[in-house]
Amino acid sequence: MKYIDEFRDGALARQIAARIAVEADPSRAYHFMEFCGGHTHAIARYGIPDLLPPNLRLIHGPGCPVCVLPIGRIDLAIRLALEQGVILCTYGDTMRVPASQQLSLLKAKARGADIRMVYSAADALELARQQPEREVVFFAIGFETTTPPTALVLHDASRTGVRNFSVLCCHVLTPSAITHILESPEVRQFGTVPIDGFIGPAHVSIVIGSAPYEHFAQEYRKPVVIAGFEPLDVLQGIAMLVRQVNEGRAEVENEFTRAVSREGNLTAQALVSKVFELRPSFEWRGLGEVPYSALKIRPAYAEFDAERRFGLGYRSVPDNKACECGAILRGVKQPSDCKIFGTVCTPENPIGSCMVSSEGACAAHYTYGRFRSIPIVAAEAVELSA
Amino acid sequence: MLVERLSDDQGLIDLGGIRKSVSLALVPEAVVGDYVIVHVGHAIGLLDPEEAQHTLAIFAELERSTDNADAAVARGRLVPAP
Repeated sequence: MKYIDEFRDGALARQIAARIAVEADPSRAYHFMEFCGGHTHAIARYGIPDLLPPNLRLIHGPGCPVCVLPIGRIDLAIRLALEQGVILCTYGDTMRVPASQQLSLLKAKARGADIRMVYSAADALELARQQPEREVVFFAIGFETTTPPTALVLHDASRTGVRNFSVLCCHVLTPSAITHILESPEVRQFGTVPIDGFIGPAHVSIVIGSAPYEHFAQEYRKPVVIAGFEPLDVLQGIAMLVRQVNEGRAEVENEFTRAVSREGNLTAQALVSKVFELRPSFEWRGLGEVPYSALKIRPAYAEFDAERRFGLGYRSVPDNKACECGAILRGVKQPSDCKIFGTVCTPENPIGSCMVSSEGACAAHYTYGRFRSIPIVAAEAVELSA
Repeated sequence: MLVERLSDDQGLIDLGGIRKSVSLALVPEAVVGDYVIVHVGHAIGLLDPEEAQHTLAIFAELERSTDNADAAVARGRLVPAP
Protein backbone atom coordinates (compact mmCIF):
# COMPACT_ATOMS: atom_id res chain seq x y z
CA MET A 1 0.00 0.00 0.00
CA LYS A 2 1.23 3.49 -0.83
CA TYR A 3 2.94 5.33 2.05
CA ILE A 4 3.20 2.05 3.96
CA ASP A 5 5.45 -0.32 2.00
CA GLU A 6 8.13 2.33 1.40
CA PHE A 7 8.50 2.72 5.15
CA ARG A 8 9.10 -1.02 5.70
CA ASP A 9 12.13 -1.50 3.44
CA GLY A 10 14.48 -3.98 5.11
CA ALA A 11 17.67 -2.88 3.33
CA LEU A 12 17.08 0.75 4.28
CA ALA A 13 16.30 -0.29 7.85
CA ARG A 14 19.76 -1.88 8.10
CA GLN A 15 21.33 1.30 6.77
CA ILE A 16 19.63 3.45 9.38
CA ALA A 17 20.63 0.90 12.02
CA ALA A 18 24.22 1.08 10.77
CA ARG A 19 24.20 4.83 11.17
CA ILE A 20 22.86 4.49 14.70
CA ALA A 21 25.69 2.05 15.46
CA VAL A 22 28.24 4.54 14.12
CA GLU A 23 26.84 7.50 15.99
CA ALA A 24 26.07 5.83 19.31
CA ASP A 25 28.92 6.42 21.71
CA PRO A 26 30.10 2.99 22.97
CA SER A 27 31.25 4.53 26.26
CA ARG A 28 27.73 5.41 27.37
CA ALA A 29 24.28 3.82 27.58
CA TYR A 30 21.15 5.09 25.83
CA HIS A 31 17.71 4.43 27.32
CA PHE A 32 14.79 5.57 25.23
CA MET A 33 11.18 5.10 26.20
CA GLU A 34 8.62 4.56 23.49
CA PHE A 35 5.49 5.80 25.15
CA CYS A 36 2.97 4.49 22.68
CA GLY A 37 1.69 0.94 22.38
CA GLY A 38 1.69 1.21 18.60
CA HIS A 39 5.47 1.64 18.74
CA THR A 40 5.86 -1.20 21.25
CA HIS A 41 4.08 -3.47 18.80
CA ALA A 42 6.09 -2.28 15.79
CA ILE A 43 9.39 -2.64 17.65
CA ALA A 44 8.61 -6.26 18.58
CA ARG A 45 7.07 -7.17 15.25
CA TYR A 46 9.94 -5.92 13.13
CA GLY A 47 12.69 -7.12 15.45
CA ILE A 48 14.11 -3.61 15.90
CA PRO A 49 16.05 -4.39 19.13
CA ASP A 50 18.17 -6.86 17.14
CA LEU A 51 19.27 -4.05 14.83
CA LEU A 52 20.44 -1.79 17.64
CA PRO A 53 23.81 -1.62 19.37
CA PRO A 54 23.91 -3.37 22.77
CA ASN A 55 24.27 -0.12 24.73
CA LEU A 56 20.97 1.21 23.36
CA ARG A 57 17.88 -0.06 25.14
CA LEU A 58 14.25 0.62 24.40
CA ILE A 59 11.91 0.83 27.37
CA HIS A 60 8.24 0.17 26.81
CA GLY A 61 6.12 2.91 28.34
CA PRO A 62 2.51 2.96 29.52
CA GLY A 63 1.00 3.97 26.19
CA CYS A 64 -1.15 0.91 25.60
CA PRO A 65 -4.68 2.08 26.38
CA VAL A 66 -5.89 -1.33 27.53
CA CYS A 67 -2.87 -1.92 29.76
CA VAL A 68 -3.36 1.21 31.84
CA LEU A 69 -7.07 0.62 32.43
CA PRO A 70 -7.42 -0.23 36.14
CA ILE A 71 -9.50 -3.17 37.35
CA GLY A 72 -11.97 -0.82 39.07
CA ARG A 73 -13.02 0.80 35.79
CA ILE A 74 -13.70 -2.56 34.15
CA ASP A 75 -15.66 -3.60 37.25
CA LEU A 76 -17.89 -0.54 36.67
CA ALA A 77 -18.56 -1.65 33.10
CA ILE A 78 -19.27 -5.23 34.18
CA ARG A 79 -21.63 -4.02 36.90
CA LEU A 80 -23.53 -1.91 34.40
CA ALA A 81 -23.98 -4.87 32.10
CA LEU A 82 -24.75 -7.51 34.72
CA GLU A 83 -26.74 -5.53 37.30
CA GLN A 84 -28.32 -2.71 35.32
CA GLY A 85 -29.06 -4.78 32.22
CA VAL A 86 -27.67 -2.24 29.76
CA ILE A 87 -26.23 -3.05 26.36
CA LEU A 88 -22.54 -2.35 26.91
CA CYS A 89 -20.59 -1.50 23.76
CA THR A 90 -16.82 -1.63 23.77
CA TYR A 91 -13.73 -1.83 21.59
CA GLY A 92 -12.65 -5.44 21.09
CA ASP A 93 -9.41 -5.29 23.03
CA THR A 94 -11.05 -4.47 26.37
CA MET A 95 -13.01 -7.74 26.29
CA ARG A 96 -10.36 -9.94 27.90
CA VAL A 97 -8.89 -7.50 30.43
CA PRO A 98 -8.90 -9.25 33.82
CA ALA A 99 -11.26 -7.69 36.39
CA SER A 100 -12.39 -8.55 39.95
CA GLN A 101 -13.67 -11.99 40.92
CA GLN A 102 -11.84 -13.54 37.97
CA LEU A 103 -14.25 -11.83 35.63
CA SER A 104 -13.66 -10.03 32.37
CA LEU A 105 -16.16 -8.48 29.97
CA LEU A 106 -15.96 -11.68 27.94
CA LYS A 107 -16.74 -13.85 30.96
CA ALA A 108 -19.56 -11.49 31.98
CA LYS A 109 -20.93 -11.93 28.48
CA ALA A 110 -20.84 -15.70 28.98
CA ARG A 111 -22.90 -15.15 32.14
CA GLY A 112 -25.57 -13.49 30.09
CA ALA A 113 -24.55 -9.84 30.07
CA ASP A 114 -25.35 -8.04 26.82
CA ILE A 115 -21.88 -6.89 25.82
CA ARG A 116 -21.13 -6.02 22.22
CA MET A 117 -17.87 -5.37 20.45
CA VAL A 118 -17.98 -2.30 18.23
CA TYR A 119 -15.51 -0.96 15.68
CA SER A 120 -16.35 2.65 16.33
CA ALA A 121 -18.19 4.79 18.89
CA ALA A 122 -20.60 5.71 16.11
CA ASP A 123 -21.73 2.05 15.96
CA ALA A 124 -22.75 2.23 19.63
CA LEU A 125 -24.85 5.34 19.05
CA GLU A 126 -26.45 3.72 16.02
CA LEU A 127 -27.38 0.70 18.17
CA ALA A 128 -29.05 3.04 20.69
CA ARG A 129 -31.09 4.56 17.88
CA GLN A 130 -32.17 1.11 16.69
CA GLN A 131 -33.16 -0.07 20.19
CA PRO A 132 -34.81 2.90 21.91
CA GLU A 133 -36.29 0.61 24.59
CA ARG A 134 -32.82 -0.41 25.84
CA GLU A 135 -30.14 1.60 27.66
CA VAL A 136 -26.94 1.58 25.59
CA VAL A 137 -23.62 2.48 27.24
CA PHE A 138 -20.38 3.00 25.33
CA PHE A 139 -17.33 2.01 27.38
CA ALA A 140 -14.91 4.65 26.08
CA ILE A 141 -11.21 4.02 26.60
CA GLY A 142 -8.02 5.27 25.03
CA PHE A 143 -5.70 8.20 24.60
CA GLU A 144 -6.12 11.38 22.53
CA THR A 145 -6.74 9.35 19.36
CA THR A 146 -9.97 7.70 20.47
CA THR A 147 -11.22 10.73 22.41
CA PRO A 148 -12.40 12.86 19.43
CA PRO A 149 -14.65 10.04 18.09
CA THR A 150 -16.22 9.74 21.57
CA ALA A 151 -16.70 13.52 21.70
CA LEU A 152 -18.34 13.30 18.31
CA VAL A 153 -20.96 10.72 19.41
CA LEU A 154 -21.70 12.63 22.62
CA HIS A 155 -22.20 15.80 20.63
CA ASP A 156 -24.32 13.93 18.10
CA ALA A 157 -26.46 12.21 20.75
CA SER A 158 -27.11 15.55 22.42
CA ARG A 159 -27.90 17.31 19.13
CA THR A 160 -30.34 14.64 17.95
CA GLY A 161 -31.83 13.93 21.39
CA VAL A 162 -30.99 10.25 21.78
CA ARG A 163 -32.27 9.58 25.31
CA ASN A 164 -31.11 6.00 25.89
CA PHE A 165 -27.40 6.50 25.21
CA SER A 166 -24.55 7.27 27.60
CA VAL A 167 -20.77 6.97 27.82
CA LEU A 168 -18.60 5.50 30.57
CA CYS A 169 -15.63 7.80 29.99
CA CYS A 170 -12.12 6.46 30.72
CA HIS A 171 -10.15 8.64 28.32
CA VAL A 172 -6.62 9.46 29.45
CA LEU A 173 -3.95 12.00 28.47
CA THR A 174 -0.46 11.31 27.17
CA PRO A 175 1.57 14.35 28.33
CA SER A 176 0.49 14.06 31.98
CA ALA A 177 1.39 10.36 32.06
CA ILE A 178 4.88 11.05 30.69
CA THR A 179 5.39 13.76 33.28
CA HIS A 180 4.17 11.43 36.00
CA ILE A 181 6.69 8.77 35.04
CA LEU A 182 9.48 11.28 35.48
CA GLU A 183 8.44 12.77 38.81
CA SER A 184 6.02 10.43 40.59
CA PRO A 185 6.52 9.80 44.32
CA GLU A 186 6.09 6.04 43.75
CA VAL A 187 9.45 6.01 42.04
CA ARG A 188 10.81 4.98 45.44
CA GLN A 189 8.57 1.92 45.52
CA PHE A 190 9.17 0.79 41.97
CA GLY A 191 12.68 2.07 41.54
CA THR A 192 13.47 4.12 38.53
CA VAL A 193 15.07 3.78 35.16
CA PRO A 194 17.25 6.42 33.63
CA ILE A 195 15.45 7.70 30.56
CA ASP A 196 17.52 9.69 28.05
CA GLY A 197 14.69 10.49 25.68
CA PHE A 198 11.25 9.65 24.42
CA ILE A 199 9.90 8.38 21.13
CA GLY A 200 6.74 10.47 20.88
CA PRO A 201 3.49 8.82 19.80
CA ALA A 202 2.36 8.86 16.17
CA HIS A 203 -1.42 8.95 16.09
CA VAL A 204 -1.80 10.79 19.39
CA SER A 205 0.43 13.54 18.00
CA ILE A 206 -1.65 13.82 14.82
CA VAL A 207 -4.45 14.98 17.12
CA ILE A 208 -2.60 17.04 19.75
CA GLY A 209 0.33 18.21 17.61
CA SER A 210 3.96 18.43 18.67
CA ALA A 211 3.60 21.60 20.79
CA PRO A 212 2.38 19.88 24.03
CA TYR A 213 5.74 18.13 24.37
CA GLU A 214 7.77 21.34 24.21
CA HIS A 215 7.25 22.43 27.80
CA PHE A 216 8.08 18.95 28.91
CA ALA A 217 11.31 18.69 26.88
CA GLN A 218 12.51 22.01 28.34
CA GLU A 219 11.37 21.41 31.90
CA TYR A 220 12.82 17.92 32.25
CA ARG A 221 15.67 18.26 29.75
CA LYS A 222 14.57 15.15 27.84
CA PRO A 223 14.59 15.00 24.05
CA VAL A 224 11.37 13.91 22.34
CA VAL A 225 11.21 12.68 18.75
CA ILE A 226 7.74 12.05 17.34
CA ALA A 227 7.94 9.07 15.00
CA GLY A 228 5.53 7.18 12.74
CA PHE A 229 4.54 3.57 13.35
CA GLU A 230 6.48 1.98 10.48
CA PRO A 231 9.85 0.36 11.18
CA LEU A 232 11.88 2.96 9.22
CA ASP A 233 10.12 5.72 11.13
CA VAL A 234 10.99 4.13 14.46
CA LEU A 235 14.64 3.62 13.48
CA GLN A 236 14.97 7.14 12.13
CA GLY A 237 13.39 8.44 15.35
CA ILE A 238 15.98 6.53 17.38
CA ALA A 239 18.79 7.92 15.20
CA MET A 240 17.51 11.45 15.85
CA LEU A 241 17.36 10.80 19.60
CA VAL A 242 20.93 9.47 19.64
CA ARG A 243 22.07 12.62 17.87
CA GLN A 244 20.23 14.88 20.34
CA VAL A 245 21.75 13.06 23.30
CA ASN A 246 25.24 13.23 21.80
CA GLU A 247 24.90 16.94 21.15
CA GLY A 248 23.37 17.61 24.58
CA ARG A 249 20.14 18.91 23.11
CA ALA A 250 16.67 18.35 24.60
CA GLU A 251 14.22 19.41 21.91
CA VAL A 252 11.00 18.24 20.34
CA GLU A 253 11.75 16.93 16.87
CA ASN A 254 9.29 15.50 14.41
CA GLU A 255 10.14 12.54 12.19
CA PHE A 256 6.49 12.00 11.28
CA THR A 257 6.08 15.30 9.42
CA ARG A 258 3.86 13.65 6.82
CA ALA A 259 1.04 13.52 9.38
CA VAL A 260 1.98 15.57 12.45
CA SER A 261 2.03 19.36 12.62
CA ARG A 262 2.96 21.61 15.52
CA GLU A 263 -0.64 22.52 16.28
CA GLY A 264 -2.34 19.17 15.53
CA ASN A 265 -5.93 18.61 14.43
CA LEU A 266 -7.71 21.78 15.58
CA THR A 267 -11.18 20.55 14.61
CA ALA A 268 -10.73 17.51 16.86
CA GLN A 269 -9.26 19.58 19.71
CA ALA A 270 -12.16 22.07 19.64
CA LEU A 271 -14.70 19.26 19.78
CA VAL A 272 -12.91 17.51 22.64
CA SER A 273 -12.74 20.65 24.76
CA LYS A 274 -16.40 21.38 24.10
CA VAL A 275 -17.50 17.98 25.46
CA PHE A 276 -14.83 17.06 28.00
CA GLU A 277 -13.04 18.67 30.95
CA LEU A 278 -10.09 17.56 33.07
CA ARG A 279 -10.61 15.06 35.87
CA PRO A 280 -8.78 16.14 39.04
CA SER A 281 -7.40 12.62 39.38
CA PHE A 282 -7.64 9.23 37.67
CA GLU A 283 -6.25 5.83 38.54
CA TRP A 284 -3.94 4.19 36.00
CA ARG A 285 -3.03 0.56 36.23
CA GLY A 286 0.62 0.47 37.17
CA LEU A 287 0.92 4.21 37.85
CA GLY A 288 -1.72 4.68 40.55
CA GLU A 289 -3.65 7.93 40.89
CA VAL A 290 -2.32 10.51 38.44
CA PRO A 291 -3.54 14.10 38.87
CA TYR A 292 -5.18 15.77 35.86
CA SER A 293 -4.40 12.83 33.62
CA ALA A 294 -7.85 12.00 32.33
CA LEU A 295 -11.05 13.52 31.00
CA LYS A 296 -14.63 13.55 32.20
CA ILE A 297 -17.82 14.60 30.50
CA ARG A 298 -18.79 18.27 30.99
CA PRO A 299 -21.96 19.10 32.97
CA ALA A 300 -23.66 20.31 29.75
CA TYR A 301 -23.63 16.69 28.60
CA ALA A 302 -24.40 15.22 32.05
CA GLU A 303 -27.36 13.14 30.91
CA PHE A 304 -25.02 11.20 28.63
CA ASP A 305 -22.51 10.51 31.39
CA ALA A 306 -23.01 6.90 32.50
CA GLU A 307 -21.29 7.59 35.85
CA ARG A 308 -23.93 10.22 36.73
CA ARG A 309 -26.82 8.46 35.04
CA PHE A 310 -26.34 5.20 36.94
CA GLY A 311 -24.83 6.69 40.10
CA LEU A 312 -21.60 4.72 39.72
CA GLY A 313 -19.04 5.03 42.49
CA TYR A 314 -15.44 4.11 41.71
CA ARG A 315 -13.63 1.57 43.87
CA SER A 316 -9.94 0.90 43.41
CA VAL A 317 -8.92 -2.78 43.24
CA PRO A 318 -5.31 -3.92 43.55
CA ASP A 319 -3.72 -6.00 40.79
CA ASN A 320 -2.94 -9.68 41.17
CA LYS A 321 0.07 -9.97 43.52
CA ALA A 322 2.12 -12.09 41.13
CA CYS A 323 1.66 -9.56 38.34
CA GLU A 324 4.56 -7.25 37.45
CA CYS A 325 2.54 -5.02 35.11
CA GLY A 326 3.11 -2.01 37.37
CA ALA A 327 6.88 -2.23 37.12
CA ILE A 328 6.76 -3.17 33.42
CA LEU A 329 4.54 -0.17 32.57
CA ARG A 330 7.14 2.07 34.20
CA GLY A 331 9.95 0.42 32.31
CA VAL A 332 11.58 -0.77 35.55
CA LYS A 333 11.15 -4.44 34.62
CA GLN A 334 10.96 -6.29 31.35
CA PRO A 335 8.27 -8.85 30.53
CA SER A 336 10.70 -11.75 30.94
CA ASP A 337 11.45 -10.58 34.52
CA CYS A 338 7.91 -11.50 35.56
CA LYS A 339 7.59 -14.95 37.16
CA ILE A 340 4.27 -15.73 35.52
CA PHE A 341 5.19 -14.43 32.04
CA GLY A 342 4.45 -17.05 29.38
CA THR A 343 3.53 -19.72 31.94
CA VAL A 344 0.48 -18.71 33.96
CA CYS A 345 -0.01 -15.48 32.04
CA THR A 346 -0.39 -15.85 28.27
CA PRO A 347 -2.35 -13.96 25.60
CA GLU A 348 -4.96 -16.78 25.74
CA ASN A 349 -5.32 -16.42 29.50
CA PRO A 350 -3.97 -13.03 30.57
CA ILE A 351 -3.47 -12.33 34.28
CA GLY A 352 -2.04 -8.87 33.82
CA SER A 353 -3.23 -6.20 31.44
CA CYS A 354 0.10 -5.99 29.55
CA MET A 355 -0.64 -9.44 28.15
CA VAL A 356 -4.07 -8.49 26.81
CA SER A 357 -3.74 -6.12 23.90
CA SER A 358 -1.33 -6.74 21.04
CA GLU A 359 0.11 -3.33 21.99
CA GLY A 360 0.95 -4.48 25.50
CA ALA A 361 4.64 -4.98 26.28
CA CYS A 362 4.11 -8.57 27.44
CA ALA A 363 1.85 -9.62 24.57
CA ALA A 364 4.25 -8.10 22.03
CA HIS A 365 7.22 -9.85 23.61
CA TYR A 366 5.29 -13.14 23.86
CA THR A 367 4.21 -13.02 20.22
CA TYR A 368 7.41 -11.85 18.58
CA GLY A 369 10.28 -12.00 21.03
CA ARG A 370 9.97 -14.75 23.60
CA PHE A 371 12.52 -16.97 21.89
CA ARG A 372 14.99 -14.12 21.34
CA SER A 373 16.71 -14.74 24.66
CA ILE A 374 17.45 -18.35 23.75
CA PRO A 375 20.84 -18.53 22.03
CA ILE A 376 20.84 -20.13 18.61
CA VAL A 377 23.15 -23.16 18.51
CA ALA A 378 24.06 -24.66 15.19
CA ALA A 379 23.30 -28.39 14.97
CA GLU A 380 26.36 -30.54 14.58
CA ALA A 381 26.99 -31.55 11.05
CA VAL A 382 26.39 -35.21 10.54
CA GLU A 383 28.14 -36.91 7.73
CA LEU A 384 25.87 -39.15 5.84
CA SER A 385 27.47 -42.16 4.27
CA ALA A 386 25.82 -43.80 1.38
CA MET B 1 -7.13 7.05 0.11
CA LEU B 2 -10.43 8.91 0.05
CA VAL B 3 -12.29 7.88 -3.12
CA GLU B 4 -15.73 9.36 -2.54
CA ARG B 5 -17.51 11.73 -0.21
CA LEU B 6 -20.78 10.02 0.74
CA SER B 7 -22.34 12.79 2.81
CA ASP B 8 -21.35 15.74 4.96
CA ASP B 9 -19.26 13.71 7.30
CA GLN B 10 -18.94 10.24 5.73
CA GLY B 11 -16.51 9.13 3.07
CA LEU B 12 -15.50 5.98 1.25
CA ILE B 13 -11.83 5.04 1.54
CA ASP B 14 -9.78 2.50 -0.36
CA LEU B 15 -7.29 0.52 1.74
CA GLY B 16 -5.22 -1.39 -0.79
CA GLY B 17 -8.36 -2.58 -2.57
CA ILE B 18 -10.67 -2.83 0.42
CA ARG B 19 -13.34 -0.16 0.55
CA LYS B 20 -14.76 1.06 3.80
CA SER B 21 -16.86 4.02 4.83
CA VAL B 22 -15.37 6.18 7.56
CA SER B 23 -16.31 9.37 9.35
CA LEU B 24 -14.74 12.56 7.99
CA ALA B 25 -16.19 14.77 10.75
CA LEU B 26 -12.73 15.36 12.22
CA VAL B 27 -11.14 16.29 8.87
CA PRO B 28 -13.74 18.50 7.18
CA GLU B 29 -11.06 19.76 4.79
CA ALA B 30 -10.50 16.31 3.20
CA VAL B 31 -11.17 16.03 -0.53
CA VAL B 32 -11.30 13.04 -2.88
CA GLY B 33 -7.77 11.84 -3.61
CA ASP B 34 -6.41 12.74 -0.16
CA TYR B 35 -4.69 10.12 1.94
CA VAL B 36 -6.31 10.01 5.38
CA ILE B 37 -5.15 8.33 8.59
CA VAL B 38 -7.97 6.27 10.04
CA HIS B 39 -8.40 5.38 13.71
CA VAL B 40 -11.48 3.53 15.05
CA GLY B 41 -13.57 4.37 12.00
CA HIS B 42 -12.68 8.05 11.92
CA ALA B 43 -10.20 9.88 9.74
CA ILE B 44 -8.11 11.77 12.31
CA GLY B 45 -5.66 13.47 9.99
CA LEU B 46 -4.43 13.92 6.46
CA LEU B 47 -1.18 12.64 5.04
CA ASP B 48 1.01 15.27 3.41
CA PRO B 49 2.49 13.67 0.25
CA GLU B 50 5.24 16.30 0.01
CA GLU B 51 6.42 15.65 3.55
CA ALA B 52 6.26 11.88 2.91
CA GLN B 53 8.50 12.37 -0.14
CA HIS B 54 10.82 14.52 1.92
CA THR B 55 11.20 11.78 4.57
CA LEU B 56 11.74 9.13 1.88
CA ALA B 57 14.36 11.40 0.29
CA ILE B 58 16.26 11.45 3.59
CA PHE B 59 16.25 7.65 3.60
CA ALA B 60 17.35 7.55 -0.05
CA GLU B 61 20.28 9.83 0.72
CA LEU B 62 21.28 7.41 3.42
CA GLU B 63 21.24 4.56 0.93
CA ARG B 64 23.78 6.42 -1.21
CA SER B 65 26.19 6.86 1.63
CA THR B 66 26.80 3.24 2.47
CA ASP B 67 30.20 4.09 3.96
CA ASN B 68 28.56 4.27 7.35
CA ALA B 69 27.33 0.71 7.19
CA ASP B 70 30.67 -0.58 6.01
CA ALA B 71 32.43 1.28 8.79
CA ALA B 72 30.15 -0.21 11.43
CA VAL B 73 30.61 -3.70 10.09
CA ALA B 74 34.37 -3.20 10.04
CA ARG B 75 34.28 -2.19 13.71
CA GLY B 76 32.38 -5.36 14.50
CA ARG B 77 29.40 -3.56 15.93
CA LEU B 78 26.90 -4.69 13.36
CA VAL B 79 26.38 -8.05 11.75
CA PRO B 80 26.28 -7.57 7.98
CA ALA B 81 22.96 -8.28 6.30
CA PRO B 82 22.76 -11.74 4.77
